[in-house]
Amino acid sequence: MSKNPEFVKFDKVDKSYDGKVLVVKDLQLDIAEGEFITMLGPSGSGKTTCLMMLAGFETPTNGEILLDGNIISNIPPHKRGIGMVFQNYALFPHMTVYENLAFPLRVRKMEKDEIDKKVDKALSMVSLNGFETRMPGQLSGGQQQRVAVARALVFDPAVVLMDEPLGALDKNLRESMQYEIKHIHESIGVTVVYVTHDQSEALTMSNRIAVFNDGKVQQLSSPAELYEKPVNSFVAEFIGENNTFNGEVSDVSGDKCKVKLSNAEILSNAISVKSKGEKTTVSLRPERALIEPNEKMDNMFSGKIEEVIYHGDHTRVRVNLLGNPEFILKVPNSSSNLELKVSQEIKIGWNSYDARALDPK
Amino acid sequence: MSSETKQILTTDGIPLEVSLKKAEKKNKIKAFLLVAPLLLFLFITYVFPIGEMFTRSIDDKMITNMLPKTFKAMEKWDGKELPPEEVFAGFYLDFKVLVKNQEQGKLGQRLNKEKNGFNSIVKKLMRQIKRNKIDETISIKEQIMKIHKRWRNVEYWQAIKRTAPPYTMAKYLKGMDMYYAADGSIAQVDEDRRIHRILWLRTLEIALFVTIFCFLMGYPIAHLLATLPMKYSNLLMICVLLPFWTSLLVRTASWMILLQQQGVVNDFFVMIGLVADNNRPEMMYNKVGTYVAMTQILLPFMVLPLYSVMKTISPSLMRAGKSLGGTPFVAFWKVYFPLTIPGIGAGCLLVFILAIGYYITPALVGGASGTLISNHIAYHMKETLDWSFASAMGLMLLTGVLVVYWIYNKLVGVDNIKLG
Repeated sequence: MSKNPEFVKFDKVDKSYDGKVLVVKDLQLDIAEGEFITMLGPSGSGKTTCLMMLAGFETPTNGEILLDGNIISNIPPHKRGIGMVFQNYALFPHMTVYENLAFPLRVRKMEKDEIDKKVDKALSMVSLNGFETRMPGQLSGGQQQRVAVARALVFDPAVVLMDEPLGALDKNLRESMQYEIKHIHESIGVTVVYVTHDQSEALTMSNRIAVFNDGKVQQLSSPAELYEKPVNSFVAEFIGENNTFNGEVSDVSGDKCKVKLSNAEILSNAISVKSKGEKTTVSLRPERALIEPNEKMDNMFSGKIEEVIYHGDHTRVRVNLLGNPEFILKVPNSSSNLELKVSQEIKIGWNSYDARALDPK
Repeated sequence: MSSETKQILTTDGIPLEVSLKKAEKKNKIKAFLLVAPLLLFLFITYVFPIGEMFTRSIDDKMITNMLPKTFKAMEKWDGKELPPEEVFAGFYLDFKVLVKNQEQGKLGQRLNKEKNGFNSIVKKLMRQIKRNKIDETISIKEQIMKIHKRWRNVEYWQAIKRTAPPYTMAKYLKGMDMYYAADGSIAQVDEDRRIHRILWLRTLEIALFVTIFCFLMGYPIAHLLATLPMKYSNLLMICVLLPFWTSLLVRTASWMILLQQQGVVNDFFVMIGLVADNNRPEMMYNKVGTYVAMTQILLPFMVLPLYSVMKTISPSLMRAGKSLGGTPFVAFWKVYFPLTIPGIGAGCLLVFILAIGYYITPALVGGASGTLISNHIAYHMKETLDWSFASAMGLMLLTGVLVVYWIYNKLVGVDNIKLG
């Protein structure tokens, strides 16, 4: 079976609730069959609205949504065959775990034997066998969450939507559930559309991530590319940690450029700058800048240490560098560690191909 | 805890339980003192009146106190044939005292209720005694029997004997259209004179239908209230609560204006040609009026508990139901509706119990066919002054409410009630 690269397709979708503000603007998004795609963004960025439109609880103001080539905008939610895991699990509190899982099968008028078999299979998938007669209120948050996942999958939907399903869990449980959901996805190959505002969750689980802001997809790419090669300063800022310099382009040659700051000039990759005189924000990951580098680097400056914070496996150093008092460095914990003290002057260097000159903030 | 477990001691060596009790004692006393006024208030306004009502409803001491010698003598009488001389003598002595105190009229009235015809023979006996026509030296039995032939009828003496016990259930039987027959067995009132049973059934019927109407109208309103955005739901809430802030009398009076034959509703029907001008339907002074006005007045009691329950139901549950393949109806019926049952229970119980004892509205718009048992109770309190009968019916009503509550507890469980 060849995978359909346009299994779910948002085609020029706009959405407005009040006729004044667009919550989703001109959304163009293709989701391949079997893919795990995450919609990531701050709250109010339109990601949940997209999910609700796909599930059928909201109608697009403009444009079409296609599922496996068919326009689904006019199909009511219960006929779409899309599984959904809700933020607060939305387990039916008056039904047992078994009845919760059997609900989608019973409304499809399945035989009792078949229902039993499918419920059993779904429960073993989330390793909750033996919990059939429990009520949702008797389960822990993690168990409820697993029941919700099992219920969304038990009727073999083509697509499963997850709306911040791990939001209510504590940190450790959240991490183990991330792997569990990822493994379930790998083993049954269902298409998953996942919504979260937690970037580490998105980076761990997804095949591709769509970063939402202001109703638009800012960047759609694999987790690695998103982190390494953000295409604009919002993505660079939103994903991971980021050091920035605001300045003006003084020279562009090929894919490199010179950026003039108030008191220095730095070299950088030219990403979204085209010509001399443009305003730009240069973005640099903290782990790509080194203290007292041994090798030769094309950006070498000295700065004053403002703060040293011990993190166990690494030490975070805040430096006042080139007029930016918030410049962060991550120094890995090793036996040959440097003595770092506040108000000490240190040399800091990075390569120009790690810095990206993006749109100005 | 097993007996082997060692007693836990505090650091100072006092047993933990003792220490805990000591520490909590002050708080407990404080808490009790705070609720004491309320307990006292409840006792005075609730427990005491109900007890008073009960004693009043079964009290029958009046004749017992009036004819002590008679009843003493009657103890030996088997009640089958005319009583012996001692009974007549006792009755004569008791009666003389009554005549002296001018209380024989009360006796006549009370006995007349037991058996018709007592009033006149009691008066006749009184006149004979006042004129000193009775010779105490010869048989009193013979002399009394001569005064009127009814004194020779054993049924009248049986009737006196029936009034001997200081307590009677007669009022309760009357409330169910039954009475003690001459031989002391319980008998039904003639069919054309049964009014109470009809009233009870009508009360139940009206309370039941008002509850159903309130439920049918209140459920969608409560749902709307719970799901609308705040700015609209507040406005709607005010509309629902507005009747609460208006006097009951004013509301009922406005229904009278609306529903009467020359009223607004009838005018409207005539205007749109639904009914002919000379054939306006009667919507008041019958059951229709009672239904309409009571449903409107009791609606908030249904809406509020439903609303408070619906407010807690997450909208994502309905969405989950739909996304799992349930049609909107299935999602509603299998998911939403079962979750609102505590609210339905509370609302229905509240409306039903309030409706069963409703008074002003049926009195004003009910007419003859729309009055309820409470109107009848009020009638006996204000018009006939038969307070003991009113008390008996009030207690029967209270028992009825408790039975409804008990049935409800068996069906739904009181713990499931949610009043908000």
